[in-house]
Amino acid sequence: MKIAVCVKQVPDSWAEKKMVNGILDRENVDAVLNDLDEYAVEEALRIAEAHGGNEEGGSNTVTVISMGPERATEAVRKALSMGVNDAILVTDPQLAGADALATSAVLAAVIEKGGFDLVICGTESTDARMSVVPAMLAERLNAAQLTFASKVAVDPATCKVSITRVTEAGVDEMHGQFPCVISVVEKINEPRYPSFKGIMAAKKKSIDSRDLATVGVSAIAAWSLVADATPRPARAAGIKVTDDGTAGEQLVKYLAEKKLI
Amino acid sequence: MSKVLILADFVGTKATKTNAELATAAARIGEVTAVVLAPTGQGTIYASAINRGPIANIIVVESDAFASNGVAAVADVLAQIITAQSPSAVLVASHAFGKEVAARTAVKTGSGIITDAVDVSADITATQLVFGGSTTVHSKVSHGTPIITVRPNSVDASTTESTPSIETISLTVSDDSKKATVTSSQPPVQGGRPELTEANIVVSGGRGTNGDFSAVENFADVLGAAVGASRAATDAGWYPHSHQVGQTGKTVSPQLYVANGISGAIQHRAGMQTSKTIVVVNKDPEAPLFEIADFGVVGDLFAVLPKATEGIKAHKS
Repeated sequence: MKIAVCVKQVPDSWAEKKMVNGILDRENVDAVLNDLDEYAVEEALRIAEAHGGNEEGGSNTVTVISMGPERATEAVRKALSMGVNDAILVTDPQLAGADALATSAVLAAVIEKGGFDLVICGTESTDARMSVVPAMLAERLNAAQLTFASKVAVDPATCKVSITRVTEAGVDEMHGQFPCVISVVEKINEPRYPSFKGIMAAKKKSIDSRDLATVGVSAIAAWSLVADATPRPARAAGIKVTDDGTAGEQLVKYLAEKKLI
Repeated sequence: MSKVLILADFVGTKATKTNAELATAAARIGEVTAVVLAPTGQGTIYASAINRGPIANIIVVESDAFASNGVAAVADVLAQIITAQSPSAVLVASHAFGKEVAARTAVKTGSGIITDAVDVSADITATQLVFGGSTTVHSKVSHGTPIITVRPNSVDASTTESTPSIETISLTVSDDSKKATVTSSQPPVQGGRPELTEANIVVSGGRGTNGDFSAVENFADVLGAAVGASRAATDAGWYPHSHQVGQTGKTVSPQLYVANGISGAIQHRAGMQTSKTIVVVNKDPEAPLFEIADFGVVGDLFAVLPKATEGIKAHKS
């Protein structure tokens, strides 16, 4: 099987984020591999390992694909150190401020060229939090959309993928045939820590860096634009009481005054 | 007058209250047509459930593919209706399913998309609260038909009864939209509590519960609230992950959020700080969440919550 994992480098989710000229300021903030993408990398590796492994000359390869500025190589290398075979990073100044539609168009073009059986993503990035790229990829690639998976079973012999989809709407059992776009929810697995050997090996691997011309996609303007972004006034602390045995009653009184009960 | 489409929102066969919210926002832009996608033979029943808010028309399409092929089938038909009707905007509920439908529809119709709007104005400007609610953003779609997903519980809905005209049309779901098959669907197990993102009140527990959510649940039940949990609590396996509020969990914006034994890391705040009123109960007076609490109690949640629960029962009777 040829498995692709789409990952994104995002500002550290513990960091304060700011907008500059209508787009997220990615320069002045610590950047990491999107938390939720680690589950996708792990799941890809587990699927490969369950069906013959992804060692040199093995029956499977796992390729990590990302789009972002050059420094996104750090996030890509983290995926490599976990045991991914190779990496493609699409980086082009024209992609600054790209929206989800543009991102999915670029990723889809790379995936199409690579001829992958499975494309695995996290459910969302912790910066934009849209949760739309996997569905867009399925649409663009004309592939089966198997998203929000809490469980994935792959049968390479019949090219069938079965998942359990978990959303606020409930639990669905679903299946589809290769090629599939899968997104995996947090907690589907426990992502491995890169081993020392893995980190050393990742340092030696070269990252296939491509610009838009190489990918074969012309520059796409964002189709949604931010008119203005204003930091919200900080919430001020209100009343604070220390429980002397009556705090429960004081709370009820407060809620009643605010007409919340 | 311009026409606006909303995708009617159902959980199983039940229409959600989000429909009136979508209709209220959409009516600012133009005349509202609700798109009702129903199983074969169920169109009339589904359409009759869409009866609140300023809805002028209903378009019903029946197909079993909506249930058995999910997002792709719904997006397929919605895109066909958009092409036929040329609406000035399309509003969809902002949950996992709605956002995925919007995503595929945007690609199909060559349209820009905005997700997680908390408001939409007459000139189709969407308001979003980003970066965990710390920044307010106004955006507009600049290409195609604006496709905007609106967060449940964000728009003050007009719930006056409506008597829309109902038209049933016949459309085909293409084979390309049937590549994923749903073999079984189970509604979420909620134990009678409201859905977390739709609830008017959310009562959450964190590390301070030490794994005992009974006080939190009792307080939630007396308030008719949904139960949330911090990442620490879900990571410890004390509460199901589906109830996690925060950056990597759900984002909630209820009228009242009661955080119990949650210190308030940025991760958690990101999921709840747009709540209208915030109450914090924590033993640690230095807990950072007190900084944004409208009402803070420094105390043991196992002492405070049972008393508050009794107090509310007394208040009600």
